[in-house]
Formats: sequence, structure tokens, C-alpha cells
Amino acid sequence: MYDKGKIITGLIVFVGLITFPIWYGFGSAGHLPNPEKPKNAKECVEAVDYMRTSHMQLLNEWRDDIVRSGGTRAGITHDGTEYIRSLQKGCMKCHTNKAKFCDECHTYTAVKPYCWDCHIQPKEAN
Amino acid sequence: MDNSRRKFLKLAGVSAIAGIAAPAAFNSLLKGEAFASGGGSGHGEDKAPTGKRYGFVVDVQKFAADKDLAQRCINACHTTHNVPDFGKDNKKDEIKWIWTETFGHAFPDHSQYKKNTQLVDLPIMTFCNHCDNPPCVRACPTKATFKNADGMVLMDFHRCIGCRFCMAACPYGARSFNWRNPAVKNEDGSYKYIRRPNLDFPTRMRGVVEKCNMCAERLAEGKQPACVDACRPTDGIIFGDLNDPNSEVSKVLREKFTIQRKPALGTKPSIFYII
Repeated sequence: MYDKGKIITGLIVFVGLITFPIWYGFGSAGHLPNPEKPKNAKECVEAVDYMRTSHMQLLNEWRDDIVRSGGTRAGITHDGTEYIRSLQKGCMKCHTNKAKFCDECHTYTAVKPYCWDCHIQPKEAN
Repeated sequence: MDNSRRKFLKLAGVSAIAGIAAPAAFNSLLKGEAFASGGGSGHGEDKAPTGKRYGFVVDVQKFAADKDLAQRCINACHTTHNVPDFGKDNKKDEIKWIWTETFGHAFPDHSQYKKNTQLVDLPIMTFCNHCDNPPCVRACPTKATFKNADGMVLMDFHRCIGCRFCMAACPYGARSFNWRNPAVKNEDGSYKYIRRPNLDFPTRMRGVVEKCNMCAERLAEGKQPACVDACRPTDGIIFGDLNDPNSEVSKVLREKFTIQRKPALGTKPSIFYII
């Protein structure tokens, strides 16, 4: 067997490099998204868990109901707070900062919703 | 012998075709389908659809009296809906929801022959007719264009794939295609082509078709369409339920002589013009 030393050293270096991401971040969960919650509101239109997993379905339902079925634009939460079923006029009235709320998770999960191609985000402070 | 058999087969074939086709042709002639559907008739002769049916009455004389009125209507509509303005140099990219036409272009099936110049030069406000029988809805493969229960022909921009069949189908040219991105921004974050953006209404993206939406979002809030409001205090454009006998439009339609655009096509437009 020729060049035994070189090959084995090379293999060790190769395996080390390829597994670098695993042991580099070992023991830490990395940077987790931390969306900024609105200060002027305590509850959302649905439970937090539901909003976290299904806000996109909710938005689709609102859109189809209002645009196509002539559904009502006003909604009411369990606690009796009235809101407008609209991304621009509803959601973004509380979540006023898209960068610190929406983008925080969307960037983390590499999701690129095309909502903002048309819908106007509120003016941000930055 | 061969010759006579061939003759017999020819004759049999021809009579078979005639036998199948004739009743259908007669039926369509009897129904008057040969001249579009219901040739020459507007709302009056045919049975009007039931339920709410929103429509407009445009008083052309009010626009003749106030030369500025048309522009005010256009500005009101276009600012409300973030309609981009690409400037006069880019006419082919123009997006229009409401615009003016000459009498001859708006009513090509009416005679222009020896008509008085005041009429021929009149600016006619034109916008989506929200037809009872909209050809664009039939042409749309994704159902992005649809007619809702109140007789409004609406667009779901989320569904539009930009095939432009609706533009080809619309006999009134009421639709515009976004060849460019209307929401391009300047370096300072302001919109390049939207002068005064309405932050409560979305813009569109490149590659979708758009048109007048009868201010569905304003009607939902109990307001009148933006162009109707812009005409105040004159009643240049009157809006209301055509099927409600007590609505303002119904009263005007009962009293005044009105015409519609291209009634012979049978699309039954919901805009009536007092000439």
C-alpha cells in the first residue's frame, strides 16, 4: 500500500472539514427568531399557537371569503375586540414593524411570501 | 352500376348532414342568435337578473359643462387605487381604470354622420361596464375575473396569471396589463410611478391585468365609488342598485333617455349614458 500516511491524513482532514458544521454548533441551538410582539395589543385574532403555525391559511381564508364570497370585513376576537380582516388594514395595525415581526421568522425559515409585492407595509422606524 | 352506387352514397350523405344540421340552424335563427344574442337590446327588453345589480348613470352634459370634471374623476379613482402613471411618453404601458373617449370611439355603432360638433367632441367617461353577461369572465381560465352576487365584475389579483384572454375578450378595452412593475421605488423609498400612494390599498405586480373594481372596498365601508364622490356636487356619475325601483339610478333611468355602449354585443353593460 503506497502513500498510506498521506491518504489517512487526508481522509481525517476531509472528514473533519465535512463534519465541521456539526461540531461547530454542538450544544447550542443557534440564533432563534425572536419576533417583536406589539406593545399596544395583548391578544391576536386567534390563539398564539394557531397563529404561529397557520397564519398563512388564515390569511388565505380571509382573502377568499372577502374577495370572492363577499364576506364580512369585520372580525371579533374571543375577548370581544373588533378587528379588520385585512393584512394591510388589520394585521399591520398592531404588528407595525414588518422587519422585526414578519421577517424575523421568514428569514430564519427561508420563506419568501410574495404578499409584499403588492401589499404596502407600514412605514418602519428604521 | 358503380356510377349509380356512388351517386346514391353522395345523395345519402348530403341528406344526412342536412337532416342533422337544419333543425339546429333554424332554431338559432328563430332565437336570433345569428346577430349576437338578443341583437340591439339593452336591459329593457330582456329579463333583468334578480338580486342586487349595481350600475352607473353617466350624465355626459355635466362633463361638457365642467371641463375639469373628467380629470377630477380620473385623479380620484387612480389615487384611491394606486394606479401607476408612467407618463405620456409610455402610452403603451398605460394603466387606466377610468378614462375619457370621444363619442365616436365610445359609441361606434351609433351614427356619427352629420352629428353636431358639440356632441362629437364631447369627452365620454368610460370605465369597466360591469356587464351582466361579461365576456371577460368566460374567457378567464383561472377564474381570476368573476362576477359576484351584486353584479360587480371583479378581479382577484392573486389568481391572475397574466394570460390577457380577458383583454382580448372585453369589447370595451376596459382592462390594462402591467407590462412593468408599478411598485418600483426610488432610492428614498417613495414610489416612482404612484404620486400619492393610498396606504390602505395594495399596488399590483408586474404581469397581472387590472381594471375598475367598482370600488368594492369602499362599498364595503358604506361609501360611494371614488368617481361618484369626485363628481359632487354635480351628479355627473350616479351610482346605485339598478334592480331597486327606489334607487337614484332607477329614477333617472325611468325619466331620461339613456344609451349603452355596444348594446348589440349582448353583454348588457351596467353603465348608462345620458347624452
